[in-house]
Amino acid sequence: MTKELLTLRVNGEARTVAAEPHHTLLEVLREELGLTGTKHGCELGECGACTVLVDGAPVLSCLTLPVAIGDADVTTVEGLARGAELHPLQTAFAEEGAAQCGYCTPGMLMAAKALLDENGHPTRAEIAQAISGNLCRCTGYTAIYEAVEKAAKSV
Amino acid sequence: MTYDYHEPREVAEALHLLVKHGEDAHLIAGGTATVLLLRQGLIRPGHVISLRAIGALSGIGRAPDGGLRIGATATHRQAERSADVRALSPALTNAFASVATVRIRNQATVGGSLAHADPAQDPPPMLAALGAAVTIVSPRGARSIAVEDLAVDHFTTTLAGDEIITEVIVPPLAPGTRATYVKFLPRTADDYATVSVAAAMRLADGAVADARIVLGAVGPTPIRARAAEAALAGAKPSRERLAQAAALVRDEVDPLDDLRGSAEYKREMARVWTERALLALVEA
Ligand SMILES: Cc1cc2nc3c(=O)[nH]c(=O)nc-3n(C[C@H](O)[C@H](O)[C@H](O)COP(=O)(O)OP(=O)(O)OC[C@H]3O[C@@H](n4cnc5c(N)ncnc54)[C@H](O)[C@@H]3O)c2cc1C
Ligand code: FES
Ligand code: FES
Repeated sequence: MTKELLTLRVNGEARTVAAEPHHTLLEVLREELGLTGTKHGCELGECGACTVLVDGAPVLSCLTLPVAIGDADVTTVEGLARGAELHPLQTAFAEEGAAQCGYCTPGMLMAAKALLDENGHPTRAEIAQAISGNLCRCTGYTAIYEAVEKAAKSV
Repeated sequence: MTYDYHEPREVAEALHLLVKHGEDAHLIAGGTATVLLLRQGLIRPGHVISLRAIGALSGIGRAPDGGLRIGATATHRQAERSADVRALSPALTNAFASVATVRIRNQATVGGSLAHADPAQDPPPMLAALGAAVTIVSPRGARSIAVEDLAVDHFTTTLAGDEIITEVIVPPLAPGTRATYVKFLPRTADDYATVSVAAAMRLADGAVADARIVLGAVGPTPIRARAAEAALAGAKPSRERLAQAAALVRDEVDPLDDLRGSAEYKREMARVWTERALLALVEA
């Protein structure tokens, strides 16, 4: 297997990695860059656990080839907080109990961030649309809706 | 598994690569289907040729005749948000917006969807009902084929190995044309359709001047319900007449038993949802 050198812009930093060409962005983020916040779920495009932002738009890192990203900006859950200061979504998720086991949470946060960046005052239907397909086995979603609504008030 | 990744900037260069590498080449656009196939070892190309850097394949805009040109690499999300798409047909906007999740729509492309030819996809039946055609180029030149004729079986199209879809052309709709897209989703909101119905109808002097009905997810390709269309042509669209026409789709579809339901259940749902779609058009 030949590894190829690839430069990605992740959370505002240029990172050069040696990656096998068939590895997905999900694998490169976790295994080459040590950014394990983004989660492995189904790897079939169905669960949303691997959601990251590419130039601000939510995509599934399990279905993305890193070579196809070029110099676009990748944002992962590690890029949400500013130093010690949590993103309002992170604070609201913690306060509302919107994370239980937490496995879906990074994907939920990124999907919700993409929504709030575009639409500061989403309705519940718009929140449901934005996180449709981000599967959560624990919370029943209500606490997640409430957390997104709470965060919307403070961003 | 490893491959060379190519990112040509011109269609001619992509065609050159396709010819040069023949069977060993595979096109990729949004990658939502191709990455899965690669990962599962179902395809093992030596050369993956990306279309996304080819500017000429991108974009969505009105054609001079009032129709629409959708570039092959336009994403479903771009199509869903396009004011030009909505101005031509809100039903077409709805078909693009019905695809899976916002994340899939941000990645999957309109050309990739047509080439992939999964009969459960949302845009192809609606594009077929609106009479859309795809433009295809190869080293032999360009050809145009109706969306309706592109898919010939599950995941199989008339595309040859050296052909690339460059755009989809939706013709202007005759004045008075109404269209709708309905997707029956009994399981989850982000699922593939159990049955979908795309319909377009033009009424003149209180009678049906023209009707096109195309069903998704109930056959090896999107299915044009010609018997139902014929039962409507020239008729006054009374509730009884619409119900009679919808009943004919039961024998026009060819569904499979699967986890979304038995073939018999899907035949019945095809009838029910066709009737609802037709009613919505007449009562609009
Ligand atoms: C979990 C999941 C759920 C989905 N749900 C739905 C749904 O509900 N409804 C729906 O409609 N779709 C749905 N899709 C999307 C759909 O199944 C396809 O994956 C998608 O439309 C393919 O588009 P792409 O641009 O990603 O294609 P790619 O994966 O890039 O390509 C697909 C195929 O087309 C070929 N190809 C691509 N572009 C061209 C071109 N311009 N010319 C010739 N050949 C080309 C490729 O070689 C490949 O064989 C879903 C996908 C996933 C992963
Ligand atoms: S891991 Fe990517 S969608 Fe499930
Ligand atoms: S908190 Fe456990 S899956 Fe969502």
